[in-house]
Amino acid sequence: MTSPTPAILPERGLADRLTALFWRHPRVLLAVLLTPPLLWLGVVYLGSLAALLLQSFYSIDEFSGLVKQEFTLKTYAELFRAQNLDIIIRTLLMSAAVTIGCALIAFPIAYYAARFARGKWKGIFYLGVMLPLWSSYLVKVYAWKLILAKEGIITWAAEGVGLSMILNAILAIPGIGGNSLSTSLLGTFIVFVYVWLPYMILPMQASLERVPTSMLEASADLGASRAQTFRTVILPLAMPGVIAGSIFTFSLTMGDYIIPQIVGTSARFIGLAVYQLQGTAGNIPLAAAFAVVPIVIMVIYLMIAKRKGAFDAL
Amino acid sequence: MTAAVEFSRVSRHFGPTHAPVKAVDGVDLTIAEGSFFAMLGPSGSGKTTCLRLISGFEKPTGGTIRIFGQDVGDIPPNRRNVNTVFQDYALFPHMNVRDNVGYGLMVKGVDRRTRDTRAEEMLALVKLEGYGDRKPAQLSGGQRQRVALARALVNEPKVLLLDEPLGALDLKLREAMQDELKALQSRLGITFVFVTHDQGEALSMADSLAVFNEGKIAQIGTPADVYARPRTRFVADFVGSSNVLPPEVTRAFGGPPKWASLRPEMLRVTAADGVALAGTVTGLRYLGAGSRVTVALNGTEVAALLPAGQPVPEPGATVGLAFDPAALHVMEGEG
Repeated sequence: MTSPTPAILPERGLADRLTALFWRHPRVLLAVLLTPPLLWLGVVYLGSLAALLLQSFYSIDEFSGLVKQEFTLKTYAELFRAQNLDIIIRTLLMSAAVTIGCALIAFPIAYYAARFARGKWKGIFYLGVMLPLWSSYLVKVYAWKLILAKEGIITWAAEGVGLSMILNAILAIPGIGGNSLSTSLLGTFIVFVYVWLPYMILPMQASLERVPTSMLEASADLGASRAQTFRTVILPLAMPGVIAGSIFTFSLTMGDYIIPQIVGTSARFIGLAVYQLQGTAGNIPLAAAFAVVPIVIMVIYLMIAKRKGAFDAL
Repeated sequence: MTAAVEFSRVSRHFGPTHAPVKAVDGVDLTIAEGSFFAMLGPSGSGKTTCLRLISGFEKPTGGTIRIFGQDVGDIPPNRRNVNTVFQDYALFPHMNVRDNVGYGLMVKGVDRRTRDTRAEEMLALVKLEGYGDRKPAQLSGGQRQRVALARALVNEPKVLLLDEPLGALDLKLREAMQDELKALQSRLGITFVFVTHDQGEALSMADSLAVFNEGKIAQIGTPADVYARPRTRFVADFVGSSNVLPPEVTRAFGGPPKWASLRPEMLRVTAADGVALAGTVTGLRYLGAGSRVTVALNGTEVAALLPAGQPVPEPGATVGLAFDPAALHVMEGEG
């Protein structure tokens, strides 16, 4: 041999020195990777959350309109006034309805994408689901306002095929109906479902993708009908994805204050209430207390889901 | 005896009709009731597809399949009283072992108490008493396999299908499971059909076996029959890796000018002088229980199996070969 290769290769500078450092102390790499996001999350996110929580325990002086910085539960008590409770219940019902609506529409799409779409079709699926997210949310909501308006395409189409009767009957339903779809809670619901749908489809699809085909075959092999397989195998295994999706749709609906202003009745939702309380009314403590409500509801929701075994398949 | 499973001219082609991939191509097959039947072949030979045709996860593109005399062309998997032990076991991860085993009864509407009792019985049968509360993730590979077996057997299937049942287990466990499966089958009397690419497994476990090659059955018979009298070159080579002799070599070995097979264990290595067949040792492989010697002669290479304790020739040495003429099996089939 003319040039024998050494048993140990020479160090080639900084990159090799860093590699050696990380190899000798694996925790250093972890620290380097985690410090920036932890600072961001810890200080900016948790810090502001703590500030919010703190604000919600203050109250406002009714005469001067100034915030009294002393601990009280008075502001929380205000949430239970009829008009505020109304807002909370309305928001809760809307969020639940939107979540269920999204789940029902998303499931077949996610199932198709996870089970059958291959190659090019998978690409088309991702594109189709995410394309709506590329355009501005406001543009989409205003577009829906026009679609749902009394002179809009839905009314026009219903007249064209002679289904105006049905549309009018739906709009006559008290509570969700109204003068037109764009001024009814039903319209608000439709727009919410449309806007948040991708956030339900993607986690659902990811969780369905992880269910092996042999699991479905085993179920059929053991005598289960398609419905039984769905109930006892697919749904429980997809549950973490469904819950993840529902966290998105539920909390996004609870916090949104734009869609109900553009499409729907004058009935207020939590997001809108927070927006108005901290802006025009200057009642920061009540706004903060309102903002805590979705957090509490989400925590309760996740606790129930956990108890029901929704995360057993994780 | 009735046939548990009967294939007549069954095909399963994939892809476009002008250039189909023939996974299974015109297979005729009869599996007797109560037998332990092996489908043996290399990967892609169509054996697993055949198993899936029986369970109903694949639909034939041609021919008919009968299970206990009934045409199952129109019967979905959940109505076939046939159960499968899947290669990856396919245990439900969100259920404990007891619920996994009781699943087949649950979907048939059996009440919880009966189902739990039956599940415990089945767990006892596969020697997993007391494991009912565990989750599949807490079990070892061998234990999961037993659960999969119990889950299939709880339904009292007419036919039990096993897809590479021992493939994922290590050697010791595999041998133990071979004996257990065999004992279980003769105790229960259920027809077992199992797919394997391991010829040793097929030979040791099956009552009869089918050797698959390129979507067709190359040979069906008892293990002893297939091993001693391979019909084609493929079977001779795949089952027990025999010496496959071209016609001219067969003639040199004292046979007719046809393709023949000669098992390595039938050859004796002798001194080179005074014998008709002599050649040069080109390779030597130590196998523990013996050695495999490769000898080049007449332009071909022949392997001989030397039992342990016999003197082993040096590579490059000239040796003689001797065998009982009855061991030379002339093959009828082509390919």
